[in-house]
Amino acid sequence: MQKIVTRHFNQPDSHRLDFYLKDKGYEGARKALTQMTPAQVIDEIKKSNLRGLGGAGFATGMKWSFIPKDNPKPKYLVVNADEGEPGTFKDKYILEQDPHALLEGIIVTCYAIGSHKAYVYIRGEYLKSIERLQGAIDEAYKQGFLGKGIMGTSFDLDVVVHQGAGAYICGEETALLESLEGKKGFPRLKPPFPAVVGLFGCPTVINNVETLACVPPILVNGSEWFAKLGCEKNGGNRIFCVSGHVREPGIYELPAGTTLREIIYEHAGGIREGHQLKAVIPGGISAAVLTANEIDVKMDFDSLKAIGSMAGSGGIIVMDETTCLVWAAMVAARFFAHESCGQCSPCREGSGWVYRNVKRIYDGEGHPLDLQNLPGIVGNIGGNTICAFGDAVTMAVGSYVQKFRSEFESHIKEKKCDLTLNYAKTNH
Amino acid sequence: MKELLPQMDKITSRYEHKRAALLPVLHLVQEKEGLISPESEKEIAEYLGIPVVHVHEVVSFYHLFWQKPKGKCHFSVCQTTSCALLGGEEIIEHIQKRLGIKPGGTTPDGKFSLDVVECLGACEIAPMMQCNKEYVGFLNKKKIDELIEQNL
Repeated sequence: MQKIVTRHFNQPDSHRLDFYLKDKGYEGARKALTQMTPAQVIDEIKKSNLRGLGGAGFATGMKWSFIPKDNPKPKYLVVNADEGEPGTFKDKYILEQDPHALLEGIIVTCYAIGSHKAYVYIRGEYLKSIERLQGAIDEAYKQGFLGKGIMGTSFDLDVVVHQGAGAYICGEETALLESLEGKKGFPRLKPPFPAVVGLFGCPTVINNVETLACVPPILVNGSEWFAKLGCEKNGGNRIFCVSGHVREPGIYELPAGTTLREIIYEHAGGIREGHQLKAVIPGGISAAVLTANEIDVKMDFDSLKAIGSMAGSGGIIVMDETTCLVWAAMVAARFFAHESCGQCSPCREGSGWVYRNVKRIYDGEGHPLDLQNLPGIVGNIGGNTICAFGDAVTMAVGSYVQKFRSEFESHIKEKKCDLTLNYAKTNH
Repeated sequence: MKELLPQMDKITSRYEHKRAALLPVLHLVQEKEGLISPESEKEIAEYLGIPVVHVHEVVSFYHLFWQKPKGKCHFSVCQTTSCALLGGEEIIEHIQKRLGIKPGGTTPDGKFSLDVVECLGACEIAPMMQCNKEYVGFLNKKKIDELIEQNL
């Protein structure tokens, strides 16, 4: 199987320019700048069926085409490197081990949308990523791949790294823009969409790190090649992140339509000896949890949506039979309660209420009314908020109650938890 | 803060609007002083030409900006799903017991502090924490005891 975005990983000095140049480095950018029009570049990305790999899976070419051509304001590209979706750790590897792939993707994208300034917003804790990317940027400026008149053309481009400060909500594109502008990460109402009113009120494209790293290979090898690797409407490979109760947690680059069963058992080593799969989160903590019976699903955006969950960020969290799903719901609810930005009342109040409710049930202090009220409390957040965080609380925490209701009932009836975290206890 | 002015000017020059330099300037000041004091908030507000309250609301919104100094060795331990599945709760309990502090606290001698945080993007090395600038994974009680010994 051909590796695309991970092809340079685990090799000494893969982050350096001299390494990158040896493997057709910056040829995609050169081709775009010297042989193609911006419209042709957008068209090529559209045909590749590249979908956004940060979580929403929006068609990348289509997003770029929303930038208005006749708007006199400067255009911006903002790279979302605020990787914060629990279960997700792939962008870290691209930033640390192949930062030039991201830079080349940035060059092509900026050319396509008419932008001369790109900001890379990296989560504040990713210190090595920040260091490596800044190093690559310095090399690129020295080489004439960034700055005034890049690669011997008349196209100017500057790239600035911007360090985040520890707020999950800043991974939401409009909250990211607010944070970049020097404010709290409060998401904005959409419409207007960032393509029309974005950074500093100007037309802006926001793309995930991995999405942009896919762009140079598409330019070099062609959109048809990329589209064929994946499945209908979801081209290419993607990096799946596997963690939890598997033998070999880590990143795995595979075609978009690979099944969850194959990822867990044929690549991540399967469940540890003597244990059985119980539940899986397929696409980051915001995705609806799946039971062990649902793992034959193909892991592309449309297949997961069809079964009521989402491919999201590709963060796969595996839970075996030692896991109490009321406990897992509590951990998820606690995450959302902590990370709610506080702007919208249903989320600010509701996320805390959901957490306290589920914790009460888990601690054996739940009342039957708690379980009766829970679907309504959790269900009334989503759809009533400015951003999709509220929808995530509803879909994610709600899914534990829907699919593992008997465990909630038993906690209330027995006033205790039947399971313990055996794996954790036996390893400490 | 005067000695940081050249660096602050360099940072500000990268942005189309001065206010956008607020987060990087806060990082710079905290790197030097270990926290963001009310005095620093006033000076930064004046430098950027924005009301002090806008600086304060940013400092209080973001987890990585500290209004009180942390210990020389600061542990940020993850408590989200993947780490919790692999014993993160026990790690947090053990650290509290060994150091005698609660999450958010600092030891009286200023050597250690503890924060319990959400996902740090390193689930493949769970259970894990950020110790000052480094990510440390595959934690167990023994590793924690060693880390504490090394930093006493």
